[in-house]
Amino acid sequence: MSILVDKNTKLLVQGITGREGLFHTARMIEHGTNVVAGVTPQKGGDWVLGGKIPVFDTVKTAVETTGANTSVIFVPARFSADAILEAADAGISLIVCITEGIPVQDMMKVRRYLDQMGVRLVGPNCPGLLSPGKAKVGIIPGNIAISGNIGVVSRSGTLTYEVLHALMQNEMGVSTCVGIGGDPINGTSFVDTLELFEADPHTEKVVLIGEIGGRDEELAAEYIRDHMTKQVVAFIAGKTAPPGKRMGHAGAIVEGGEGTAEDKIKALAAAGVMTADRPEEIPGLLH
Amino acid sequence: MKLHEYQSKQLFAEHRIPIPRGQMTMNASEAKSIAEELGGRVVVKSQVLVGGRGKAGGIRLVDSPEEAEEVATQILGMKIKGLPVRKVLIDEAADIKTEIYLGITNDRNRRCPVMIASAEGGVEIEDVAKTHPDKIIRVWIDPLLGLQEYQARYLAACTEMPHEYWRDFMLITKGLYRAFIESDATLAEINPLVITADKRLLALDGKVVLDDNGLFRHPELAEMRDLDEEAPEEREARKYGLSYVKLDGEIGCMVNGAGLAMATMDVINLYGGSPANFLDIGGGASAEKVAAAIQIIIRDPDVKAVLFNIFGGITRGDEVARGILAALEKTPSELPMIVRLVGTNAEEGRHLLADADMETAISLADATEKAISAARAGEGS
Repeated sequence: MSILVDKNTKLLVQGITGREGLFHTARMIEHGTNVVAGVTPQKGGDWVLGGKIPVFDTVKTAVETTGANTSVIFVPARFSADAILEAADAGISLIVCITEGIPVQDMMKVRRYLDQMGVRLVGPNCPGLLSPGKAKVGIIPGNIAISGNIGVVSRSGTLTYEVLHALMQNEMGVSTCVGIGGDPINGTSFVDTLELFEADPHTEKVVLIGEIGGRDEELAAEYIRDHMTKQVVAFIAGKTAPPGKRMGHAGAIVEGGEGTAEDKIKALAAAGVMTADRPEEIPGLLH
Repeated sequence: MKLHEYQSKQLFAEHRIPIPRGQMTMNASEAKSIAEELGGRVVVKSQVLVGGRGKAGGIRLVDSPEEAEEVATQILGMKIKGLPVRKVLIDEAADIKTEIYLGITNDRNRRCPVMIASAEGGVEIEDVAKTHPDKIIRVWIDPLLGLQEYQARYLAACTEMPHEYWRDFMLITKGLYRAFIESDATLAEINPLVITADKRLLALDGKVVLDDNGLFRHPELAEMRDLDEEAPEEREARKYGLSYVKLDGEIGCMVNGAGLAMATMDVINLYGGSPANFLDIGGGASAEKVAAAIQIIIRDPDVKAVLFNIFGGITRGDEVARGILAALEKTPSELPMIVRLVGTNAEEGRHLLADADMETAISLADATEKAISAARAGEGS
């Protein structure tokens, strides 16, 4: 089993005719994802990928015509807030935004609006979702994970792939991998994802991959302590990051003493979560 | 991107926040003529993008144009926290009766802007937060509604602003909010906002930090970037879309992905080494980006060994290996280099590198140990 995406996912790709959009749509279809439509303004009426996928001008017509329930966004940062809001207003219930570099003020408005509408956003600045063998929504390579009972949730991209790969080499399978993204203001949080994993009967253990910046890991620790019955192990990146410097991700910064790796590891330890010193140690911590 | 004080105050003035009369200059004789125009009694303020200018002697009150020139000469020759002072702001001196703090930033946890005021102005707000947390007043602003009048009134009331100044204070809070929103700032701060002896409110000092991701909307602000204040390697990295942060260790690293790059630094540290930098080449890892990254790393004189940590996902390992080899052909280096390549087509990639006599590794632990011992061997020679 899995969370968020599976065989019932009917996927719409916003920005499908762009280089990234087209390339990754092909990879998602290869993985068995049910991609039903694409949207690119002023390209409505086209078909892509050998005439298999119809392109629409607006998300609303795409949803009305194809019944898409999930959208993945590959449009440039300056158009992303608009694309997310368009998907939400068209009735999409799960929006996955891959784009990096969305202005933080755009994200504050978008997040407030989506909360009021009850629409779930994953990302932005994230690799998306992978339920191995069932559905892939985003850019996580499909060949580095096998299906199983471990849930993975992460703020990172390649670091997540690293962990998935290590799990696969130890013949450990994954229910769903959720990349929540590296931006300071995002949609789905660690806590939101942990709730879903806790409720999913087929997820037995969870790997949480955090990094410096913000308090999302601390909140996750509180949730784990109070509500989680399943084993959670963690890795936190950025122990050696200097304060006040942004480490690649817009959200990876220690500010005013808040957001250090040390605090996060301490909070997780207090909730009974073991934290690996190296990503490669994670499979060994899962029992 | 940080703005200088004089740039921040210009931005404030555009939003009708009263600022002292003044002008920025890069030479001392001009400082004198500016001081003359302002009536002689002025403040000479170094313009560098670090805090603690006052304590370092970079802000001085003078009584005459001659003194302004003399002090400007001194300050323009100074270094503050390692940064040479290239610009000074000459501001008319103000008779200060009261100092207030007024600022706005984003509250990451509440996901909205927060406006902050304190009657304890003129000192670092972080210090006030530690010593007198009760003296810090915050109002959280709904990003869809914007700042409301009652919120500004609340700040005025809690900072014990005398009623006669409320009208002007409201205009300043609204102006500051607009300056913040309309420039995609992550911080806009007036510290201090003063009440002068002649009963005016005046923004004596200003600090603005802009969201780099919002700069595409503000080409005029993007042009304000002071290239002199940036380390050349950081400028170079930005040009190629690389994320680079200089650290003080001896192992240079090049990694694809920010999280993995941080993890690589941490593992180097775990094994007793120290990273010379954070460097994320991002997704795709084109040969051009790889070449630029290698250049930046090997130009750092502290680097004794280089560790490449590449996870081949969508980017295939053999392509990355070819990119590294092509880059090194153009920019040969004597430094020991260790490449750890995993994921898609990693084996082919490692073969290519091994054929070119490069050290390769499969596990991060192994790669790190090799890099550390290579760095130590290099130090000994």
